Amino acid sequence: MALLEVRDLQVSFDTPDGVVRAVRGLSFDVERGTTLAIVGESGSGKSVATQTITGLTRGAAISGSAVFDGTELLGADIHTLRKIRGAKIGMIFQDPLSSLHPYYTVGWQIVEMIQAHDRSTSKAAARKRAAHLLSLVGIPRAESRIDDFPHQFSGGMRQRVMIAMAMALNPALLIADEPTTALDVTVQAQVLGVMRTLQEEFGTAIILITHDLGVVAEMSDEVVVMYAGVVMERASRRTLFYRHHHPYTEGLLASLPARTQPGERLTPIAGVPPSLIRLPQGCPFAPRCRYAFDKCLTQTPPLATVYEDPGHQSACWLSADESVRETQRTDSYAEKTSA
Amino acid sequence: MSDKDQPVAPGPAASGVHDVPSDNPLLQVKNVTKSFPVHTTSLFRRDHEFVHAVDDVSLEVRSGETLGLVGETGCGKSTLARCIARLYDLTSGSVTFDGTDISTKSRREMRPLRRQIQMIFQDPYGSLNPRRRVGSIIGDPFVIHGIDSRGDRKQKVQDLMELVGLNPEHYNRFPAEFSGGQRQRIGTARALALRPRMVVCDEPVSALDVSIQAQIINLLKDLQNDFGLTYIFISHDLSVVRHVSDRIAVMYLGRIVEVAPASEIFENSRHPYTRALLSALPVADPDEADRRERIVLVGDIPSPTNPPSGCRFHTRCPKARADCVKTDPQLGRAFDDGVEHVTACLHPLAVGEDLSLSRPQIEDSEILRAPTNPEPETSTGGMP
Repeated sequence: MALLEVRDLQVSFDTPDGVVRAVRGLSFDVERGTTLAIVGESGSGKSVATQTITGLTRGAAISGSAVFDGTELLGADIHTLRKIRGAKIGMIFQDPLSSLHPYYTVGWQIVEMIQAHDRSTSKAAARKRAAHLLSLVGIPRAESRIDDFPHQFSGGMRQRVMIAMAMALNPALLIADEPTTALDVTVQAQVLGVMRTLQEEFGTAIILITHDLGVVAEMSDEVVVMYAGVVMERASRRTLFYRHHHPYTEGLLASLPARTQPGERLTPIAGVPPSLIRLPQGCPFAPRCRYAFDKCLTQTPPLATVYEDPGHQSACWLSADESVRETQRTDSYAEKTSA
Repeated sequence: MSDKDQPVAPGPAASGVHDVPSDNPLLQVKNVTKSFPVHTTSLFRRDHEFVHAVDDVSLEVRSGETLGLVGETGCGKSTLARCIARLYDLTSGSVTFDGTDISTKSRREMRPLRRQIQMIFQDPYGSLNPRRRVGSIIGDPFVIHGIDSRGDRKQKVQDLMELVGLNPEHYNRFPAEFSGGQRQRIGTARALALRPRMVVCDEPVSALDVSIQAQIINLLKDLQNDFGLTYIFISHDLSVVRHVSDRIAVMYLGRIVEVAPASEIFENSRHPYTRALLSALPVADPDEADRRERIVLVGDIPSPTNPPSGCRFHTRCPKARADCVKTDPQLGRAFDDGVEHVTACLHPLAVGEDLSLSRPQIEDSEILRAPTNPEPETSTGGMP
């Protein structure tokens, strides 16, 4: 049994403009000790999905199930959730400054966190543990910096503090929502390295939410590609990059400047993502898809196994027409897949 | 990019970096410094410390080329851009545009020149007034510069909207009714309204999703080809900069540390900082990501209020030596590089030199090192 099993998760918000259907039937598993990357553009529902799992989307209409280590999280009462959040599921967010309380020292915040979940820990012991955690995530002179306030740390260091706090109680799952988006590349490399080291040491599973395919390529084991609230494709890391099936995945990869010769025209995906209030009929990607045909505009494709690989699923009607499709693919991908 | 204005002059090399190439540069930045006062903690003392956001920077931009400007947060790239566009007054130094020194011009004198240098900003949400209609936002430059009567103006604005891929019928809409990518098109239309010769693009695609980012980059390239625009393109994303630039300047803590043709920067960078920056860039290719030797810089960028002595990068440089602490390196050619490739480093990297094997050889207790950091290891993807 997987550590986290999410089945048919649906989340919608009632707004003055209409009902926003942010997540529409999302299912995925996270295995212990592995990293699942959820990738997608703004508004694809990737953050809403994980926030719902941890009970952070108040006021939303939610259905489906999310079983973490044998406990159903959706609809669980606040006491159950409090025992799990922080202790068994750690979370870090994009902006570490607004995730830390500006009036308290980072040490105080980590100690509070440890004691809130484990009353038997003495303050001195919790403080010692906090210092150890800070040095574990690579903060120099952790013993003295434990009494510093968040503003005294740089962005990268703050994110390390957040990771130290999230890992304080050795959670089985760490949810990292765009953890390095606000950081410079050199600092991003450091922070991703810290996450990787901690994962190896403690066997933590990670859900990594990102829009950066480069980060996905470096960090993930499994990848889920989301678009307009649904999964477009799910595959292992190498399969997704070298043997992807869905035209959206293909479009995302093709629009990367690094995948085009300098000076040549980039290949963007035409158009813009659909409104989540008035979703198009059929496949949500069809209006932007270069392979779309009649059926795509009327019927929504189910997420189905492709290329006879049980770990690889794609929500696209093209799966039946694989031979036709392969001829339309650009050569660079064909080369990669044959390698 | 077309092969026009090939920046690498194949002809006889000029003797020094400061020599003006035969084709006069459109823009010449000389020894530009921009400092901002920071108030010290004392309430009553009027001591000011200064942040030297840009410190003694010189560079040239030729007509029709794209100069990429890269660097991390706080390196001064945006400040330099604003100095060039004269949105800031310079602390010292000069900016010469098409033979005219614009750094000392008054507001009034500057006005006609502003038609020639325009700017596109990063934040497509913050750079458009939410209470004004798109048509009037794009038409503003015409009003400010007193061009055309009201009747013509609407037509001109709609032409511009069409040019950047917006529906001209949306003339009367508000910015909030557009997506991020469309707003960036609005900002582009506004910048192009007066047919400028140079456009300073400050992180124009950083706030956009990749699929939309590619649309805007293509648009900027098309406009450059159609109107012979000169771009200064600022970004922290090296893959974007490589894609659009003819030449790239790398900045660190207010200084330019390396300038070279784009391909040279990527294949043959001399400065350890450039090399480290490149190696930190995540690549969307699992095999390459696994294979790559990563150079992990320790610590963060030091404060620009009190920059390190000597070479400013020495506190984080894997190849730092004793002289780096004392001597401030100047931009110059390394090894047998062409005149186009200059770097400010006392110990530049040779071709094929593996920076990940270098260890700093300086005694400096001030250098931040994580205690648990077992030195950037050489194993693939080795991280602290």
